[in-house]
Amino acid sequence: MLELRSVDAGYGSFQALFGVNLEVKAGEAVGVIGPNGAGKTTLMRVISGLIRPARGSIKMEGVDVLTTPAHRIVSLGIAHVPENRRLFPQLSVDDNLKMGAFMKEARHKYAERLEIVFELFPRLKERRYQMAGTMSGGEQQMCAIGRALMSDPKLLLLDEPSAGLAPVVVQQVFELVKRIRASGLTVLIVEQNVQQVLRVVDRAYLIEAGSIRASGSSAEMLASDTVKEAYLGV
Amino acid sequence: MQAFLDIFDIYLLEAVINGILLGGVLALLALGLNLIFGVIDVTWICYAELVMIGMYAMYFMVQYYGVSYFIAAPFTILLVALLGAALHYLVIAPLLTAPPINQLLATGGVLFVLQSFATVAFGIDFRNLGIRLPVLAFGDMNFSYARLLSFIAALVGMVAVYLFMTRTFTGTAIRAISQDRQIMALMGVDTKRIYIITSALGGALAGLAACLLVLQYDVHPFVGLSFGPITFLICVLGGLGNFIGGFIASFVFAEIISLGGLFSDLEWGYVLAFAFFIVMMFIRPAGLLARRR
Repeated sequence: MLELRSVDAGYGSFQALFGVNLEVKAGEAVGVIGPNGAGKTTLMRVISGLIRPARGSIKMEGVDVLTTPAHRIVSLGIAHVPENRRLFPQLSVDDNLKMGAFMKEARHKYAERLEIVFELFPRLKERRYQMAGTMSGGEQQMCAIGRALMSDPKLLLLDEPSAGLAPVVVQQVFELVKRIRASGLTVLIVEQNVQQVLRVVDRAYLIEAGSIRASGSSAEMLASDTVKEAYLGV
Repeated sequence: MQAFLDIFDIYLLEAVINGILLGGVLALLALGLNLIFGVIDVTWICYAELVMIGMYAMYFMVQYYGVSYFIAAPFTILLVALLGAALHYLVIAPLLTAPPINQLLATGGVLFVLQSFATVAFGIDFRNLGIRLPVLAFGDMNFSYARLLSFIAALVGMVAVYLFMTRTFTGTAIRAISQDRQIMALMGVDTKRIYIITSALGGALAGLAACLLVLQYDVHPFVGLSFGPITFLICVLGGLGNFIGGFIASFVFAEIISLGGLFSDLEWGYVLAFAFFIVMMFIRPAGLLARRR
């Protein structure tokens, strides 16, 4: 479904990604793990068009993402839940969800999608007229994921969904990811919470200093010495 | 009713009501300017000059070509909306990332260009529509129909903008964009398109204001100076970019002008309004309702 080939990317003269190859197949849940500053967020931004790579190719279902204008990439079926949620704090939950369905293809499905999102997150329905910025961190994360789901995506990009949340809420977020993927959605998730994320994904990539260092099934990653030593503290 | 009017000073009441009527049109102008500032983060110094062009459009259509007022009005609104979009496309868009001072200088330059253009093209004569609307007598108080009509049309215009901003996808995007510009692309929003639409909407509000002001004021190339500065004061007092603050400040200023004019000459009303503004800037520098970020 999604294919990255030797992608180099960065900010100005600072290079954050070096020759990244990555593939996500339809129906898979894939994790990207690695330390702070390894380039995980840059990877997500490159896929959704927030920044453009210096070299390499990115294809979504055969369509060249790099020649697609940034605001049309969501129409290819890629929905990005950005780091730190990035809700519109002074808009209501309803309006935030409405923004998720902004593109033409999603507008006529708005009512239908809203029902699906409210079913997945009953809490959002209770809070629909509340300003998004006044909700708790967990509720805001639900709203951010709900907003992304409003576009009826094929591929959901989740950037650190557990960051800044209480442990109990982190559990709930990962439960949700499980449910979302059970509904048939393809998921690419970036996490520092290695142990937790390896329980919900099929495969994972380990990224360090902008390069892919290792990849394999969740079981392989959990068993791998590099991952164990560096991230699981075993 | 008569008993109530006897107790109350009817001249005071008349001035208060006239203030409210004046506030409606000022609020319309403040809304347009706040919209542009809130969404695009630039100040159109030449905003009142767009109104001036619109007033000339009304004058020429109605007086010169004999078009009926109500047919000329939509054309004027459309014309000024296009002018607003063109202003963004030609002047603001290339300067979006420039320092604010350069944007101010550029729109300030447009102000002089528009004034000079009007002077050369139309001359410095004062012109008017030649429409004399009757005066409505209510008890011993007199209100001009032109003011009443303007007030109602301004309210209708503001309600229409409110509905557009809250009910449509595009309106929601206009409200969202100032809160997080970078992620708008993730929502599938083309920021450039939203900027053009917002500019056209700001222009349309100036066009509507032109249709209403032309009923009460003569047109001349410098007519923008009569309400440009006061609109800026209103926006600053209400907190730049704050729609509700601007709305309230419009009526505060209108009342000061109207009541000041009652106790002395009309010009003193303006002096009082400016003095009030200076005092308020010391007390609440960020505006009546400081913009929350």
